[in-house]
Amino acid sequence: MMTSATTLHEDHGHHGPAKGLMRWVLTTNHKDIGTLYLWFAFTMLLIGGSMALIIRLELFQPGMQLIEPEFFNQMTTMHGLVMVFGAIMPAFVGMANWLVPMMVGAPDMALPRMNNLSFWILPFAFGMLILTLFSEAGAPNFGWTFYAPLSTTYAPSSVTYFIFGVHLMGISSIMGAINIIATILNLRAPGMTLMKMPLFVWTWLITAYLLIAVMPVLAGVVTMMLMDIHFGTSFFNAAGGGDPVLFQHVFWFFGHPEVYIMILPAFGIVSQIIPTFARKPLFGYSSMVYATASIAFLSFIVWAHHMFTVGLPLATELFFMYATMLIAIPTGVKVFNWVSTMFNGSMTFETPMLFAVAFVILFTIGGFSGLMLAIAPADFQYHDTYFVVAHFHYVLVPGALFAIIAGVYYWIPKWCGRYYNETLGKWHFWLSFVGVNVTFFPMHFVGLAGMPRRIPDYALQFADFNAVASIGAFIFGLSQILFLYIVIDAIRNGKKATDEVWEGTEGLEWTLPSPAPYHSFSEPPEVK
Amino acid sequence: MLSRTGLRLSSAITALLVSQSTYADWELNMPQGVTQVSQSIYDLHMLILWICVWIGVLVFGVMFYSMYKHRKSKGAKASKFHESLTLELLWTAIPTLILILMAIPATTTLVKMYDSSDAQIDIKITGYQWKWEYDYLGEDVRFFSNLATSKDEIYNKQDKGENYLLEVDREMVIPTGVKVRFLITSSDVIHSWWVPEFAVKKDAVPGYVNESWVNVPVGKEGIYRGQCAELCGVDHGFMPVVVRALSQENYQAWLDDQRAAKVAEAAAAMGDFSYDELMTTGAEVYAGRCAGCHGQSGEGMGTIFPALKGSAIAVGDVDAHIDVVLNGVPGTAMQAFAAQLSDVELAAVITYERNAWDNNTGDTVTPINIIDARK
Repeated sequence: MMTSATTLHEDHGHHGPAKGLMRWVLTTNHKDIGTLYLWFAFTMLLIGGSMALIIRLELFQPGMQLIEPEFFNQMTTMHGLVMVFGAIMPAFVGMANWLVPMMVGAPDMALPRMNNLSFWILPFAFGMLILTLFSEAGAPNFGWTFYAPLSTTYAPSSVTYFIFGVHLMGISSIMGAINIIATILNLRAPGMTLMKMPLFVWTWLITAYLLIAVMPVLAGVVTMMLMDIHFGTSFFNAAGGGDPVLFQHVFWFFGHPEVYIMILPAFGIVSQIIPTFARKPLFGYSSMVYATASIAFLSFIVWAHHMFTVGLPLATELFFMYATMLIAIPTGVKVFNWVSTMFNGSMTFETPMLFAVAFVILFTIGGFSGLMLAIAPADFQYHDTYFVVAHFHYVLVPGALFAIIAGVYYWIPKWCGRYYNETLGKWHFWLSFVGVNVTFFPMHFVGLAGMPRRIPDYALQFADFNAVASIGAFIFGLSQILFLYIVIDAIRNGKKATDEVWEGTEGLEWTLPSPAPYHSFSEPPEVK
Repeated sequence: MLSRTGLRLSSAITALLVSQSTYADWELNMPQGVTQVSQSIYDLHMLILWICVWIGVLVFGVMFYSMYKHRKSKGAKASKFHESLTLELLWTAIPTLILILMAIPATTTLVKMYDSSDAQIDIKITGYQWKWEYDYLGEDVRFFSNLATSKDEIYNKQDKGENYLLEVDREMVIPTGVKVRFLITSSDVIHSWWVPEFAVKKDAVPGYVNESWVNVPVGKEGIYRGQCAELCGVDHGFMPVVVRALSQENYQAWLDDQRAAKVAEAAAAMGDFSYDELMTTGAEVYAGRCAGCHGQSGEGMGTIFPALKGSAIAVGDVDAHIDVVLNGVPGTAMQAFAAQLSDVELAAVITYERNAWDNNTGDTVTPINIIDARK
């Protein structure tokens, strides 16, 4: 397989990309597709972010000011769906497209045509989903977790478009995952054993398996919804002998691994960045790999911790509480390893490192609140409050999103051959860091004080912290416009990057010239 | 709907409790609550919080030390170590121990929470979009509890009261010093019945009856407020839970009042009502119960909630109209109101719907018509 791929590329290895729009429509080049994924994800980040700002604007003060409760529910639902499936996941796939072949010394992804298809499904899936906002029935309004029967018997008619959209995203994700696994397992350069792979490649390999395991489950649950809505079945309809709790079991069997799908690649990115700027090899490489694998395994046996108040039997509650607490162990190992990597290093704090360090601190805070949520009795108070909202935004925004931003700053000189403006990068970091904490930290307080999530209006004792959170949200949201400017400025006017890019980088991607040529590693490199 | 004695009693209790401010702890942290269970949960919460804080101080301490000391600008030279089996084992073993220690009190508390045996009072709680029904099993007392905050407060046309969004027309009433079991279910979508001060949160799932319980200690009489915690549709944010805990004697008095009020209500329904009386009551009932979905002027909302203005039901056959309001329309969002409203209220609201907003049928529906339709 490797030989045929190599010969194929030698035939036309010297011409560059096609010209014009069709380059992007027809491309099978992993770098082009990676770029498409990243720009798509950024667009979705801005759309989903605008929805978040509408939500925060309405919640700035008690009382209904700006929008109606019905539209508020549409906003929370669409914000969640767009951010999870449209921003975070495609951004990581974009990273994988750009980096996995360059990191393992492959000429391209193993299945380049399928790669094109898996990207081009996405704009249609999200186009359809977002257009429901303008339909008579309005967009989906049942939350991104779409619990039945609110999402079946009581759903607006746009739910059918939502189901079709989810199917398309699932197909795209599964194809992307197959491609990544095929590339990693088949196209590694001679000498690159599994335990020599960069950690980003390892985390993506494991993530891809998670995707293949759970996206079909998501497809299953939305298909059951479709049957209930249109074909008279009663999977989730108690009146017809069905079971609304079954929905939650199936959904969270997908949903919990899904949250690790959104964080494992982030672990990978941070594990690449910290050693570079600490000028010291990653501490405990193999324990990092094993920890990632254990987290992935555990992710399949903890799903019911999302359902502690649903009325599960005592034994079930205990099992899922213990299993969930176990996740703290491998996650702790990772954090300890990152800190040990920094210890006795020779550190500098360029923008990627700042974002990576903030990731370690703030993700750990999200991990702490996760451990608190795992304690089932306490979860009866935390469940479905802003404490949960604070928790998962800490792991997803300064967690997953900060890792993605760190990765973009870290590799953009390799991608475009130019450095970004370091001063502006630091501004972007500090604005984001302050914004994110001002937004999400007060949510812990209102949650503990008793504010349920997904409400468009709230009792007066929650007013102060909500106002603070709304201000933080605007600081954070607007500073992402600065990010856009920094990236465009780097592509157009940035200082030329060296091949090594950062002092002391290690790995195959840094042996390529900057910018990385359109076709790289047509001849596989030798790894010692 | 409390009788005068009940009102006087409860206002005295309220005055006492409000001055003590039940919400003093509601600012930053979880409420300690008033029951043994809520106290154990609070203790667990604080324990795990402090464990996290100390681990955080330790880990971030090392990290900040190294970020300060080991920077290139200070001339730090990177060492090359990158593995230590001892360390790896140590920081796997220590967290494991902490977790085991944590799991013990968590398990004990959970076992306690799940033991709803030997309850002396059973109250069936049913969630509806967007209200709660409380049925005192075996006591012949059953009523609905709706949000009491006015639309004018919500839409900022009027100053917001102290208990904005946390006040209802009829509170659940329980006695103190007695184990009360809640049997929680739903008639439509999933809701979640939550009172933070009791640390009771349980989902109301259609087709399931979930159990939970509370035993409010004697001396903790007062009003406890909470909200629906599970997204249940457009008015999810507007279905509060309010529980009034009374001493056992006052609770018994309250039960008697409820039964007496029911008898009085049935007698009233047999009386005469003028068109104007019915229209006035009807307008109030409509604004409280119907306007949320069908619109202030009967204009409907979206594709799920049809308009009543000029609708085939509202200007068509009277009996069909009564049937829809009493029994609902299965498979749609239209609920059955037979149990939710009194005969007078039903007659009034149907009369109102048939004559308001240019529907002008001229029909008058009397409580007697409703009583007949119920048969």
